[in-house]
Amino acid sequence: MKSLLVVRPDRCLGCRSCELACGVAHSKSKTLIDAIREDPLPKVRVWVEKGAAFSTPLQCRHCEQAPCVEICPTMALRRRDSDSPVVLDGERCIGCRWCLLACPFGVIRMDGKNGAVVKCDLCTERLAAGELPACVESCHTGALAFEAVQDVPRNKREAFLLQIERATEAAES
Amino acid sequence: MTKTNTRTRTSDPAAQAVLSRLEGTAVATAYDRSDKQEPRCGFGELGICCRICEMGPCRIDPFDEGPKQGVCGATASTIAARHLIRQVAAGAAAHSDHGHDIVRTLLLTAKGEAQGFSIKSPERLRRLAAEWGIETEDRSDSDIAKEFAETALREFNRQEGEIAYPGLRAPEATVDNWRKLGLLPVGVEHEIVETLHRTHEGVDADYKDLILHGLRTSLGDGWAGAMLATDCGDILFGDPQPVRSKVNLGVLRADAVNIVVHGHEPTLSEMIVAASRDKEMLALAKKNGAAGIMVGGICCTANEILMRQGAPVVGNFLHQELAIATGAVDVMLVDVQCIMPAVVEHAGRFHTKVITTSKKARIPGAEHIQFEEEKAYDIAKRIVTRAVENFPNRGVVDIPDITTDLVAGFTVANIFTHLGGRYRASFRPLNDGIISGRLRGVAAVIGCNTVRKTQDDSHVKMVRELIANDVLVVMTGCGATACAKVGLLQPEAARWAGKGLQEICETVGIPPVLHLGSCVDNSRILVALCEMIKEGGLGEQLSDLPIAGSAPEAMCEKAIAIGFYCVASGAYVNFSPPMRVLGSPEVTRFLTEEVEELVGGKFCFEDDPIKAARLMMRHMDGKREALKLKPLMYSQPITV
Repeated sequence: MKSLLVVRPDRCLGCRSCELACGVAHSKSKTLIDAIREDPLPKVRVWVEKGAAFSTPLQCRHCEQAPCVEICPTMALRRRDSDSPVVLDGERCIGCRWCLLACPFGVIRMDGKNGAVVKCDLCTERLAAGELPACVESCHTGALAFEAVQDVPRNKREAFLLQIERATEAAES
Repeated sequence: MTKTNTRTRTSDPAAQAVLSRLEGTAVATAYDRSDKQEPRCGFGELGICCRICEMGPCRIDPFDEGPKQGVCGATASTIAARHLIRQVAAGAAAHSDHGHDIVRTLLLTAKGEAQGFSIKSPERLRRLAAEWGIETEDRSDSDIAKEFAETALREFNRQEGEIAYPGLRAPEATVDNWRKLGLLPVGVEHEIVETLHRTHEGVDADYKDLILHGLRTSLGDGWAGAMLATDCGDILFGDPQPVRSKVNLGVLRADAVNIVVHGHEPTLSEMIVAASRDKEMLALAKKNGAAGIMVGGICCTANEILMRQGAPVVGNFLHQELAIATGAVDVMLVDVQCIMPAVVEHAGRFHTKVITTSKKARIPGAEHIQFEEEKAYDIAKRIVTRAVENFPNRGVVDIPDITTDLVAGFTVANIFTHLGGRYRASFRPLNDGIISGRLRGVAAVIGCNTVRKTQDDSHVKMVRELIANDVLVVMTGCGATACAKVGLLQPEAARWAGKGLQEICETVGIPPVLHLGSCVDNSRILVALCEMIKEGGLGEQLSDLPIAGSAPEAMCEKAIAIGFYCVASGAYVNFSPPMRVLGSPEVTRFLTEEVEELVGGKFCFEDDPIKAARLMMRHMDGKREALKLKPLMYSQPITV
């Protein structure tokens, strides 16, 4: 079943725990204390950005019609099928940066050392082991969640129903 | 969410029994709350989150892409060092404020204003007064005590010169080095205040300078605040003597009133023990259907009344909620330090009454009966009465039938008689044991329990590894309780010791693991080390000794302060879980390597208790080599 990274900016406190967890998940050692001493340092693939009066984590949306996949001349960026995340084959990447330009969210960047790009892989390894993406697991406030695609609109409808209910009650009382 | 299970939570079968029973119920413990805290914040964990000024909070990116400095320009090293020495100051303040109160009780006792208290060890008082240059001839005990207490009180807020104990007790070479480095505290409070100033926004930004001040502050704890707490406690409540007792939840009685004293101060708990033996109280207990009154302790209050009264130990830090969950605790009396506020809500699920007693520590929902020296005995009786009257309100009682025998009550004064035999009181046998290679050295394993490591597991594994390799172990605090639970504090534990340590234990009749008391009694360890140097043959300064220390399940700021004064005193100190400085490689390197060149001691942050024990022994072997001591008689050198 396909799941979706759900972001709720209203719950984000800007603690950047997701950034650290992302770094650890993409390290060799998989522990924070050792990860920060690795050479090269692991590359973080999520950014907590601050808007006017909110903050929110930004990472790859794993688009259905991903501009980065479409523009990649070497097929380094691709997806197995529409249910799979967009992942990078570092061997094939020539560092042309077209994907950086094509990505509407600015969540692909160059890896300074390898001459290839780096992006969120939706923690493929962790998902295979039955774990949540590291950023989701690290979020203390539920600003990041991982939900089945079909549940997301249903949950939203439920939340909206509640809003109507409250408004009705308020009008009656 | 990470979910720990009963076996990873604790290695103590009594605790496992209670935790298993609570599983699936609505009763939560520190372990459940800890699971809910996962994952811990990485910035906090690494010590690179700065909350000092109002321009922040600032965080340093440990992956080297984001900010390398806070708003003010503070680097990871500045931030980690500032926050660390604030923790040292808090720990030193906790021990020293406790010490201050004991000295004050001594003063009130000398003036005849403390109800129920007396000077139980006039010999100790006179020895101490003589040491401090206070006239003792043709003077009454209370007269001497008054002058001593007044002099001692000035140690806390002294504004010039240096604290007295280092000059009086420490080896000359060690004191000279401290003076050379400017590490001797002016006064206990002076350095704590200065720590807060230095770490204020925009003051000291040099991590080395900050950590050196942390060492200075900690010396005011170990060599003044805590040392006075021990010495004045011994004067007031008597010199401890080796004493047999029991430990673990099984000491709670189904048929008797159980009063659990929890916290750190001996003053009120001593009175509670006395009141529990009062005929009037015993009659009241009988009237309420109880066969007697049991007073047992948790944390260091337990160690205080164990050392001097032989009172049973209910458990260590992580037992506080479990004891209540037996349904058999009629009153939990708390004073200061290591009391989880959660005990009040937790107690509400059983019949236990939690009573706070310190003017410094209240918990919402608890009954407060404030301790005042002037009415100490009346207050103790009031609290005992509360417990007796609560006895008939018990619901389901389920006490794990697990206790272990132990021997506690060792002090510098009586290790003397033990090691030397009655007519040959001296540290000679200990020094000879080390010089001849029968003993490798001495290790102090101390400190807390923490939910971040399996309860007691690291203490027990480390101590077993050490004694098996001919290291004499001294313990205090919750670590001592951990090892007591598995029988390591009995003379019979010598069977787990290496051959050399076994010979020493059998000759002098001591267990291979000596219980020296509460966490302020770590000062006893410092004094013992001074005696070893004085005895001769093991070098000129404290850092020459083949010794090491560890807090393998460290939990609180007090443990950090203790670690600091041990390192400042020249010891190799293992500390786990690591202090929150690992986000700064510079601070980590300074604490674990470079500081040794200055003070002779250093930290190691190894989490694995066996590996840590081997690192400690490798350090001892290095010191043995430097002293050109004989090769070990039975044990193998450690190469790690």
